[in-house]
Amino acid sequence: MTTTSVTDRPEAPAGPTGHRLSALLHNRPGLRLGGLLAGPVAWLGVVYVGSLVVLLISAFWTIDTYTGALIRSFTLTNFETLFTQSVYWHIIGRTVAIALAVTVFDFLLAMPMAFYMAKVASPRSRRWLVVAILTPLWSNYLVKAYAWLVMFSNGGLIDWVTKPLGLGNPGLSTTATVITLAYLWLPYMVLPLFAGLERLPDSMLEASGDLGARPWYTFRHAVLPIVTPAILAGCITTFSLSLGDYIAVSIVGGTTQMIGNVILSNVGSANNLPFAAALAIVPAVIMLVLLAAVRRTGALDAM
Amino acid sequence: MTLSRTARVLLRIWAGVFLVVVYVPLAVILVNSFNSDRAFAWPPPHLTLHWWTSAWQVPGVRAALLTSVEVGVAATALALLLGTAAALALARYRFFGQRPLALVLVLPIALPGIVTGIALESAFQTTGVTFGIYTIIIAHATFCVVMVYNNVVARLRRMSGSAEEASMDLGAGIGRTFMSVTLPSMRSALVAGALLAFALSFDEIVVTTFTAGAGTQTLPLWIFNNLARPNAAPVVNVVAVSIIGLSLIPVYLAQRLSSDAGTTDSAAAGH
Amino acid sequence: MKTRWLRLAAVSAVALTLAACGGGSGTTPSGKPAAVPSIAMKQSIGKGEGQLNLVAWAGYVEYGQDDPKVDWVHPFTKQTGCHVNVKVAGTSDEMVTLMRTGQYDGVSASGDASLRLIYGGIVAPVNTKLVPNYADVAPYLKDAAWNSVDGRMYGIPHGYGANVLMWRSDKLPTAPKSWSVVFEKNSPASGHITAYDSPIYIADAALYLKAHNPSLGITNPYELTQKQFNASVNLLKQQNTMVHDYWSNYLNEVHAFKAGDDWAGTSWQVIANTAQSEGAPVKTIVPSEGSTGWSDTWMIASHAQHPNCMYKWMNWIASPQVQAQVAQWFGEAPANPKACAYTEKGFCQTYHVKDYAYYKRVAFWATPIASCGNGQNNCVDYSKWTQAWTDVKG
Repeated sequence: MTTTSVTDRPEAPAGPTGHRLSALLHNRPGLRLGGLLAGPVAWLGVVYVGSLVVLLISAFWTIDTYTGALIRSFTLTNFETLFTQSVYWHIIGRTVAIALAVTVFDFLLAMPMAFYMAKVASPRSRRWLVVAILTPLWSNYLVKAYAWLVMFSNGGLIDWVTKPLGLGNPGLSTTATVITLAYLWLPYMVLPLFAGLERLPDSMLEASGDLGARPWYTFRHAVLPIVTPAILAGCITTFSLSLGDYIAVSIVGGTTQMIGNVILSNVGSANNLPFAAALAIVPAVIMLVLLAAVRRTGALDAM
Repeated sequence: MTLSRTARVLLRIWAGVFLVVVYVPLAVILVNSFNSDRAFAWPPPHLTLHWWTSAWQVPGVRAALLTSVEVGVAATALALLLGTAAALALARYRFFGQRPLALVLVLPIALPGIVTGIALESAFQTTGVTFGIYTIIIAHATFCVVMVYNNVVARLRRMSGSAEEASMDLGAGIGRTFMSVTLPSMRSALVAGALLAFALSFDEIVVTTFTAGAGTQTLPLWIFNNLARPNAAPVVNVVAVSIIGLSLIPVYLAQRLSSDAGTTDSAAAGH
Repeated sequence: MKTRWLRLAAVSAVALTLAACGGGSGTTPSGKPAAVPSIAMKQSIGKGEGQLNLVAWAGYVEYGQDDPKVDWVHPFTKQTGCHVNVKVAGTSDEMVTLMRTGQYDGVSASGDASLRLIYGGIVAPVNTKLVPNYADVAPYLKDAAWNSVDGRMYGIPHGYGANVLMWRSDKLPTAPKSWSVVFEKNSPASGHITAYDSPIYIADAALYLKAHNPSLGITNPYELTQKQFNASVNLLKQQNTMVHDYWSNYLNEVHAFKAGDDWAGTSWQVIANTAQSEGAPVKTIVPSEGSTGWSDTWMIASHAQHPNCMYKWMNWIASPQVQAQVAQWFGEAPANPKACAYTEKGFCQTYHVKDYAYYKRVAFWATPIASCGNGQNNCVDYSKWTQAWTDVKG
């Protein structure tokens, strides 16, 4: 085996400077690491996290109710209001319930589909199926929500289908919100599940079957452990998207209010950013707790 | 895995029904783009081509589309840089703060959009940054980073790094190794990440409403503003349908690219 | 190592906080009437600066983006050289937030935003002598409670409309003459009622109680004592059980009435016209109790970057021909009655221009503040209205 000298190659680093820089970086892993990390840390660590911290701090401020100007002195009034007025807890509870319902609904719908795509469909149709799942992501969120508004309205598509069967139309309601949100986030549940299932080696499943395990046993003890990170990733994404949503619910929700709507009305309305920040802490904390809980399972990498 | 015949048939039916459910609302949008009624009455009283012929003359939409593309490309480029850098750091090195950093990378998409939106908006306001296309790009890049990061770090973890070591043993510099060895093997992950990042940026509305400035409209913002205008709302449907159609090309290409690499991977892993 | 990261995080947080702490205004606790910030009025208009950034309702600043024939911006740019950028806002509250950023030169403020803008020092008084078309504006819109303070005008009136009661004439064969059809428990429209999705709607409930519960002593639906306020909120909570949806996007309301999801509710004339033109059998009326309404005023930012262009815009939008275009496109009464010479036949009758008796029955949106007209400070201010509104919707 002959070693070729780098300097013979025409694309070699020009001159001794290039060589020195390369050598310097090679000998100092810390420098390489620092160079790589500088960008992401500065951007996400300082700018983004910094802005979140400032938002957190502003939750302890208030506004002058007359002029709307910020009063930057520490106070717990916002949290007092949040904890003592029951309507906010009703709204938070309703929002979490909706988000859970959407997540469960989406999981049940997406899992068989993802399994079919990963394990049953032929490789050619698999590609087309992925395209078919990704395509709706390109149609605008708002337009899809309006399509559901049209369908849920009196005399709309759902009425067309349910009236002859004698069933009721949920109309614009919390039910409609759950259905619409579930529809909107379906691709975000199918794709991670599909990616996770695709990585499942067929040979292992066959071996399990050969060793006498029934399909359900194989599923519980062989499939599920490997696929769990993907499941969690899909669930976390769906849950988070539903938790903070305020647009779809304002279109198809009728009189339903979610926490996002209240936050928005406090940012735009009365310009009460401190109270909006206090409200925003609730879904943020919920998500942070969930993220911390699933961190060990590797779900975050699959998102 | 040997599935019973019934199981296979049931799954196939499920997949069929699933696809129907996914595409019915899109079909409604398509029909509404021909709906002569401006408030989307159902069923459509008449079908008309009027909206299709007048759609692209509406001045706001072309500017909005261009802005969306500009923002998407810029945010994706930034995401590629930052995401790859972060992935290289986290996959190849051990350092303190590794786990918190991994968490922080996910935060922008894990936290509800409205939280990110109001946080960034007040940050921009307090630091006196002028709102405009650059603030949108900054906001979008922030949550697009994780799309690239997740794909690249997964890919890097499957590569052992021995190829890079061999390259450097043979005398190639750091830069050379990166360009000739690391980058080509990451290509499919970069493409997948870039495409997801672009798609996310292209359809994003919540954070964008908080970080756009006077006179800057991305396509989702244009749609948001125009769904409330009787004379423009049907045009929105036309735009939506067109975008779906246009998107089929990059989506299919990306799928070709990543699945080709995927099969090479599984072959290497010795299935 | 651990402490290094913590220190870095702490330092950046502190740095941002310090940046945020610059220039906090000294303010008085609520309840005490603060003085209106003293801001200078422009004394002369110079050459246009070449650009103008506006915040406006959808439909107020048209440059052909919705209908190529509907455009009063390009002629303005041609005449003055001011290129217009418009940010459309969905609610008054959004407008206040946008204007607060200081990036815009002017806003078409409704009465429930204007006082907040004035007292917040966000807008400057307008020198009406520099706006020749102001002289033609209907007198009852000048020096009104929502656009002037201490005798100083803070804007140029744009147009006005009433929040009418709209109903499906086929679903409610007996034409309603009162707001009771949306408030009373035995309403034939129960379950199919719609209401405006904004805290300012509490004034509609107060207006109803003014007529039906005189013992409460409500005179001005925007100046409510705690007792009057609570009664209004309770009425709305009762209404909530009968409401089908709350609207803020008027196309949604057109759709809901057309589809038959909604049978009765508060609305704008333009919504009724749109629904009728699409075949929905709807009618409108200003009921016996009167209505709330909106009267919009163009206001100039106190630190506008393009003040000359803004003054030129205010004069342009108040001119008769432009007023006619704007009013007909949006569906409202123009502030300048001379516009009637340029509108379609019957337009000014439909919108009750110059019909002062009709408009006396309209309680135009105004910002509820703690200091009431009676000289006391016990009225409920808007931040409480917002919180109560969340409570109403539940």
